[in-house]
Amino acid sequence: MNHIFQKRRARLLAMKALRGNYLAPDQRAVCPECGKESPRKEVSHRGCVCPQCGYHWPIGAYHRLSMLLDSGSFRELNGKMTVSDPFAFPGYGAKADAVRRKTGLLEAVVTAVGTIHGKKCVIGVLDSRFFMGSMSSVVGEKITLAIEYARKNRLPLLLFSASGGARMQEGILSLMQMAKTSGALARFSERGLLYISVLTNPTTGGVTASFASLGDVILAEPGALIGFAGPRVIEQTIGETLPKGFQCSEFLMEHGFVDAVVSRERMRDTLGELLLLHERGGRT
Amino acid sequence: MNGKMSPAERLVLARHPQRPNIDDYISRLFPHFFPMRGDRLGGEDAAVLGGVALFRRQPVTVIGTRKGKGLEENLSGHFGMPSPEGYRKALRLMKQAEKFRRPILTFIDTPGAYPGIQAEEHGQGEAIARNLYEMSRLTVPIIAVITGEGNSGGALALGVANRVLMLENAVYAILSPEGFASILWKDASRHAQACGLMKMTAGELKELGVIDEVIPEPEGGAHLAPEILFREVEASLARQLDHFAGWRGTALTEDRYRKFRSMGRNVK
Repeated sequence: MNHIFQKRRARLLAMKALRGNYLAPDQRAVCPECGKESPRKEVSHRGCVCPQCGYHWPIGAYHRLSMLLDSGSFRELNGKMTVSDPFAFPGYGAKADAVRRKTGLLEAVVTAVGTIHGKKCVIGVLDSRFFMGSMSSVVGEKITLAIEYARKNRLPLLLFSASGGARMQEGILSLMQMAKTSGALARFSERGLLYISVLTNPTTGGVTASFASLGDVILAEPGALIGFAGPRVIEQTIGETLPKGFQCSEFLMEHGFVDAVVSRERMRDTLGELLLLHERGGRT
Repeated sequence: MNGKMSPAERLVLARHPQRPNIDDYISRLFPHFFPMRGDRLGGEDAAVLGGVALFRRQPVTVIGTRKGKGLEENLSGHFGMPSPEGYRKALRLMKQAEKFRRPILTFIDTPGAYPGIQAEEHGQGEAIARNLYEMSRLTVPIIAVITGEGNSGGALALGVANRVLMLENAVYAILSPEGFASILWKDASRHAQACGLMKMTAGELKELGVIDEVIPEPEGGAHLAPEILFREVEASLARQLDHFAGWRGTALTEDRYRKFRSMGRNVK
């Protein structure tokens, strides 16, 4: 009996995770960029992009996957792994429970196998609603397992970053995930396989300083904050206010760290093109 | 040995202005040191010192973050906080070590990577990531020593080693306790409390398997009897280099990869 309830609860949580995004459950969504209101339904239908000015709201991992993958092709990898609390850090367990209930997610990254324009790939998507998409031991482990799966099955790899950096509550073990994921990518790359990194708002700290910066191709969504040090830390260190547009996607492209800024609406087709271009010998 | 000190007390020693720095280690342990400058991409960074030297008559590549002793030294090297140019120089020297089949010894003592406008423009995140990636597959032995403060990705960017050694009173953490307290509790003044929770001391990290060996310090800290410390460090480095002597490149990369692959793995 208990088992049935558990299953049902898991299904409800999964549905919540699928629906969830940043938009308040009002009829109308107000864009933080242009201040204009749009019908929530329309915004959501466009993948949380403002119909008026093109502002990109953060978007839930499952919602993003549903926009990217061919329908019916999604198969989650290691979907049951959830937050571990290696140091029994005060308050962490309770907070993790609350976040799990609120978002329906079990950790800050969802990894999966699926197809885009019929081309099979391994894909990982960080979700910033879960502890700001921060890198915990489990996030690092899931990403590493996804890289290893792609390596073993000779599949292209796509990782979407959205992260405030390290998971403070897991301290040094969080830091070590940077070395772990980067090392796994080096071994993946030696096999001649493709890794596309997509930077979304925000990508900072330890995620920027590890797998997010190591793509063969690096794309970014428009207007995303991307950097190593956060803007506040830099301002405090140098004692000046930062120029407008500092550390945004377009700024990174200008400085040579991003290949292309791609809107969410164009993302699926762009990835499909890139996967096609990287097929052995370019054959279709 | 300093058995019963709290993490906060050790932090004070780790940051002591008279604590031996990279210049001291080089002058005491590495004769014939020839410093090399520049990342060959248009930059040089005084926060990272590196070059080739002899260690017990064997050529080695030595690289360290450089906390200066006076204000002038510190201003030129941002108090030991490297810029992307520093990390790229370090990587250049490591690749060079691989070419000439020299072991690499890194000395880590940094508050973290430098948070500045130019550092971001020049790709601080990319520079650190690249080091983690490339260090994971270098085919010569890498031994890292955390000598003072080892904070954040800025420390790890020189720390992907076959063996990570740590001085008894050094600290190694995701960021400074002040930063930790300010992010987690929005209150930097609670740093002492953070010290207790962060698992940043050598003993705690040895237990976690994050580091491999604790190098004992003289009573009261390394600065009180540096000669004793240098002998300890020399003996540890010699032991590690002997251990890896004759290892093949693939065995070294495999050993290093397995070490970092296992971190945070025993999770549900």
